[in-house]
Amino acid sequence: MAQFLSFTKTVMKNLFSKPVTTAYPAAPKIYPERTRGHVEIQIESCIMCGMCMRSCPPGAIEVKRNENSWSINRFDCVQCGYCVEKCPKKSLSIVPGYTTPDSKKSIETIIKQSDGTEGEKKDA
Amino acid sequence: MPKRSIVPFGPQHPVLPEPIHLDLVLEDELVIEAIPSIGYVHRGLESLVAKKDFNEMVYVTERICGICSFMHGMGYCSAVEQIMNVQIPRRAEFLRTIWAEMSRIHSHLLWLGLLADAFGFEALFMQSWRLREKILDMFEIATGGRVIFSVNKIGGVLKDMPAEMLSNFVAVLDGMEKELRETTQTFLDDYTVKSRLVGVGILTEEDAIRRGAVGPMMRASGIEVDMRKTGYAAYDEIDFQVITSKECDSFARCKVRIAELFQSIEIIRQAVSKIPDTEISVPVKGFPNGEAYVRLEQPRGEAFYYVRANGSKFVDRMRVRTPTFANIPALMQVLQGCQFGDVPLLILTIDPCISCTER
Repeated sequence: MAQFLSFTKTVMKNLFSKPVTTAYPAAPKIYPERTRGHVEIQIESCIMCGMCMRSCPPGAIEVKRNENSWSINRFDCVQCGYCVEKCPKKSLSIVPGYTTPDSKKSIETIIKQSDGTEGEKKDA
Repeated sequence: MPKRSIVPFGPQHPVLPEPIHLDLVLEDELVIEAIPSIGYVHRGLESLVAKKDFNEMVYVTERICGICSFMHGMGYCSAVEQIMNVQIPRRAEFLRTIWAEMSRIHSHLLWLGLLADAFGFEALFMQSWRLREKILDMFEIATGGRVIFSVNKIGGVLKDMPAEMLSNFVAVLDGMEKELRETTQTFLDDYTVKSRLVGVGILTEEDAIRRGAVGPMMRASGIEVDMRKTGYAAYDEIDFQVITSKECDSFARCKVRIAELFQSIEIIRQAVSKIPDTEISVPVKGFPNGEAYVRLEQPRGEAFYYVRANGSKFVDRMRVRTPTFANIPALMQVLQGCQFGDVPLLILTIDPCISCTER
């Protein structure tokens, strides 16, 4: 008998239980703490050494020492976390939450001001 | 003599998630010969070693394949570690073992789902993938990625799993084992499933050896081959038996993979109970100089990694032989003399991963 209707038990269980999927976006997705969503920088402690730029496998990060700016192309970033590992000042971190999609690639630039605080952010 | 005709199969075909092309020589409905041609997704990842430094390459090798990504990274790292004479901490080896076995569960469940989809059992396909989702969630909790983990580095691993996380995972796997028994029972008992698999695509023991099959394909032909028995990573401390089957048909391949699912859960349990409390990585200085090869057992079979370094930050040559590449000759053997309608199913039974094959 086992060779017939062997899936019936599972079917019955699935018919009379709640769906296993979540009702996204009504129920928001909660990411685990370690999720590699996007790279963030604490510009205050950044020394503009350029380690992240040199180590980035897809070449998404650019550091301009003369302009005191750190920029990232989030569309090229593969969230591998190698820049976070390489950063000597631990200014970089990789945090949950994915960046939004767009119809064209843009570069996010963060400028460090002379008093060390975060300056204007611009997208180009 | 009946009329012969040639039917092209692929690169676009409902059963294939990835492109491979076969020319099938038919006599009525019978396949007389199959001629493969590959190369649709070649990305030249091996030659990137000339442009990326040997540490960055870890992240490139991981992206060779979306299913056994962890083990590709692990293969490259262990090869470079061998060249540099780095002994990684024991805990890192255990963590690698646990992640590798979790990848195996996730890969085999994916394959079971695709198999069910190939013979048109959609509900069973959904059920298999639903179970797989739990493993992916565990990966996200432990490493931060569901498919690409980026936890390997030369000299160990980047992230640790605390004892609490490990015991939680074992609890999830315990619960999953029960559900898994229920779902896999359908594959093993159901009349319709059996009618598509039993006696189809026989690969005899001699043929399997002659054609150089690997992994579950080889084991389903009754040959005990499992690279894990060579004792890389932490497998030397783990007690397990190689699963084989004497039936040599598609059903045997399904049976071997199902048994390996439960075996992997058992291996994870053993690894968690034996994991030592040491560092997870050692600092690595200098550049590699020399050559080394590593063989490891991926879900689909034996993968072979060869790395030659010249003492600079770029590696000279890296070569990967992936399990699907080794299984394609065996597939051509299996396809000879089969019914045309069984071709999609037989292609699936080798668990093809074309991105791996072409790199």
